[in-house]
Amino acid sequence: MRELLVGTKKGLFVLRGEGSDPFEVATRAFEGSVVEFATRDPRTGRYFASVTSGFYGPRLMWTDDPAGDWEAAKGPAFPEGSDTSLDRIWVVTPGEADGVLYAGVAPAALFTSTDGGESWTLNEPLWKERVAGDWQPGFGGLALHSICPWPGQPDRLAIGVSAAGVWITEDGGASWRTGYTGLVPRYMPEESWEGTNVLCVHNMHRAPLAPERLFMQFHGSVYRSDDAGSTWNDIAEGLPSGFGFPLTIDPADPDSAFVIPLASDGDRVTPDARVRVYATRDAGVSWTALSEGLPAGDAWLTVLRQALGRDGEGDGLGLWFGATSGEVFGSADAGKTWRTVAPRLAPVTSVRVA
Amino acid sequence: MPVVILRAPLKDLAGGNREVKLEGPDVRSVVRALEADWPKTAGWVLDDQGRVRQHVNVFLNGERVREDAVVGPDDTLHILASITGGS
Repeated sequence: MRELLVGTKKGLFVLRGEGSDPFEVATRAFEGSVVEFATRDPRTGRYFASVTSGFYGPRLMWTDDPAGDWEAAKGPAFPEGSDTSLDRIWVVTPGEADGVLYAGVAPAALFTSTDGGESWTLNEPLWKERVAGDWQPGFGGLALHSICPWPGQPDRLAIGVSAAGVWITEDGGASWRTGYTGLVPRYMPEESWEGTNVLCVHNMHRAPLAPERLFMQFHGSVYRSDDAGSTWNDIAEGLPSGFGFPLTIDPADPDSAFVIPLASDGDRVTPDARVRVYATRDAGVSWTALSEGLPAGDAWLTVLRQALGRDGEGDGLGLWFGATSGEVFGSADAGKTWRTVAPRLAPVTSVRVA
Repeated sequence: MPVVILRAPLKDLAGGNREVKLEGPDVRSVVRALEADWPKTAGWVLDDQGRVRQHVNVFLNGERVREDAVVGPDDTLHILASITGGS
């Protein structure tokens, strides 16, 4: 039985199913609030949900049973006196050390938990970089949305920020350096490119079997790094558009990445009114459209940043994504065939496999 | 002691109590007292910096006030969501 955690504009939906039938809605939680992101820590089985009330603000909730009571975590919250308040929790990612999790938030900051997600502490060194660097927000706010641990090396981490590029630590967050080289901000005048830190990362994932390799969906292109995020190579050729938000990888294959392009910055819908996931199996040299079973016409869908999840690997890789139309699609065979697993949810903000 | 009137969902987070009596010289202190008595309300009314959230209204004896408004022992506070909407 597979369990999908689908965050939506109208709460969290826990979907369960297998085989070819639509999944059933096993649980709905946080009715009336936006669930920006939900995930499960595979080490402990604990569930996390980023919940934002339009009235009462954002909070991180956790539980061991999504159908039961949820507890509010202590944080993430900015220290009093910092003149900053939390807008949104974009992502929660398990770290490599026992009990450690990371949360990326807006305004862009990294929080760390060492007690399994019950309490959170601001990473001050990165926050000082943010203040000193006068980081600028993207259209969706100043968001730290991608956190890429290094398997087996707890002190190594890369993060992606919209719109402040890639930041890398190799000492457990005590110090940070940028990974800007090769990223081209075509949304700015060309004379402004050199030296800018206004680099709008949309999504970033690390290949666990070759951790020096990362893939990135950028604002207007797709990139690959082979040196742990220090430098980047444009690999968007062959895609219908370089613009998009979601990205994921096949953990068994460091040459694989999956994206869902949108037509353009100004027209954020699936290109040509068709829904297609694009896969590379050669590190971005070529891309293949995966569309069997997906809407093939009259389909202007928007798939948001965190709305593509995965499980498994190789030929059994599961790919699951949701659209703001409220549909959730899935493939259990690495994208060869697709089906609709939930046709009419609320606008989908995130999809993860529990 | 000032009386605080709560509506859902704050009422639910405060053990189902529509009315609670809480000590405090100003709105921020009264809300902090609410959070101390009912920890599930923490962060719902005040943001990280101790300011009343943008879309939460606090009325002191019928007048909309901010976190630094002085509260007297016979005052009544209403805390409720603002009337905003669309999505």
